[in-house]
Amino acid sequence: MSDWLEATFTQQRPQALAALTRYFRDIDTAEDAFAEACLKALKVWPATGAPRDPLAWLLTTARNAGLDALRKSQRHHASLARHSAEFQTMTEATPDPDELRDDVLRLLFICCHPELERRDQIAIALRIVAGLSVTEIARGFLIKPKAMEQRITRAKKKITSGSVAFKTPTPQERGARLGEVSLMVYLMFNEGWSASGGETQIKLTVCEEAIRLARLLAELFPAMGEQTALLSLLLFQHSRRDARIDADGQLVALDDQDRNQWDMSQIAEATALLQKAQRINHRGVYIIQAAIAAVHARARAAEETDWALIAAHYAALYTLQPSPVVRLNQIAAEAKIEGPAHALTALEPLADHLSQYRWFHAMRGGLLQDTGDHPAAIAAFEAALSLGPTAPERAVLKEKIAFSKKELSEM
Amino acid sequence: MIYAITIYGEAGLFETLPKERQDEVLAGHGALQEALKKRGEFVSIKLMPPTSAVMLEPAPSADHPPLIVDGPYAETKESFLGFYAADFENLDDALAYAKMISSPVVRLEVRPVAWAGGAISSE
Repeated sequence: MSDWLEATFTQQRPQALAALTRYFRDIDTAEDAFAEACLKALKVWPATGAPRDPLAWLLTTARNAGLDALRKSQRHHASLARHSAEFQTMTEATPDPDELRDDVLRLLFICCHPELERRDQIAIALRIVAGLSVTEIARGFLIKPKAMEQRITRAKKKITSGSVAFKTPTPQERGARLGEVSLMVYLMFNEGWSASGGETQIKLTVCEEAIRLARLLAELFPAMGEQTALLSLLLFQHSRRDARIDADGQLVALDDQDRNQWDMSQIAEATALLQKAQRINHRGVYIIQAAIAAVHARARAAEETDWALIAAHYAALYTLQPSPVVRLNQIAAEAKIEGPAHALTALEPLADHLSQYRWFHAMRGGLLQDTGDHPAAIAAFEAALSLGPTAPERAVLKEKIAFSKKELSEM
Repeated sequence: MIYAITIYGEAGLFETLPKERQDEVLAGHGALQEALKKRGEFVSIKLMPPTSAVMLEPAPSADHPPLIVDGPYAETKESFLGFYAADFENLDDALAYAKMISSPVVRLEVRPVAWAGGAISSE
């Protein structure tokens, strides 16, 4: 029975912890109270049947458990006195959706403490909001559990000492928090998506947790097209998870993937979400990236890709996010239409900005290869190799160097 | 009589279950679909999560079109996930089939259909 119930606890955790954190003004107390409520549910639910509204049940039970603990603990006397008025009102009711929405946003925003490194923000969100264990997170980040434990403890100290207001945010505050939190979720997905040898399973878990958070944001803020678009984007990416790694653990480039391995039901959902987001008629970075992913997903074969449309989407993205990396992607799409020589010329102005970016050299190497300039191609691939590629990337680069060397020797 | 077996639960909960439990649930649906196929026409539908939905609210007045809103707004309770519809001998027969897809994460409702058109019809 318990694993059926665990799924409900996992599902309710972000909302429950968010509401409890506001209630107790303390994340540790909220976590302990929620754990207590889950234990109680494991005893009670199998006998009485699961409640119609599990979140309301868990919240009420957790509040009572937390209050009991607080009453017993001397060190919280001060805080108890401060909030005694609200601590006494204990109605079992479905949480107010507006309040819950701000609670979830606040909890995620607390994890995005500006003094934390991005990866620590992601790690702490995985620990507190998603409820992954330290060992799981350590495996996902490819560092030792002991080291992860220390990082999380330090990060937690920082976020609990932070001063995020618990009052209802103004619309401006809410918008700013939503932007920051969405970016964290996006980067959490990228963390899981980033290629690395072995450990693919836990990496997938990180991606799935990011999708779960994106889904929660899209659910809580249905009128904000960007959050629906973010969920769409992540689902489009994730639909390719089986095709992008081959049996030997090697990365497979998009053009070479077996499209039959793409998850069609995820693509269908992503497409539906993109259509919903497009109705709102806004321009944001996630909706444009989702639209780009949709073009790839629509193409039955790599040759059928509408590169002109992708190049146009990247041009639109560049107006919102004028970064050399976006421009690089635009040029990569244009290269498919205009040819490698044109693209190499277009790349020249980016050379200074992206000299330390291995994808710049890898892409340049590929284009040089296409024009038949193998010595220059080898030099470019070697530059990419020197910039710390992951193991699967390294294998691809070495293969390309070997190909150019072979071409040279056959000349 | 045509009966609809409607499924209510929390969207996304199935995906959170461990693989073996997911397989158990899917095996139930596989068995039900096999059994229904042998009997004749049936309809089965699984809806996408509510996040993908758009709502049409009634028009504010006669000369306005219906309002299209971006909801549904977050619902912490269970939602409508999907349904089966098929011709059954009687209520007991329909209940016997519904049992095949019962699991701790969903609530099932078995309700007679007043009218149906399309693949199965109430003619």
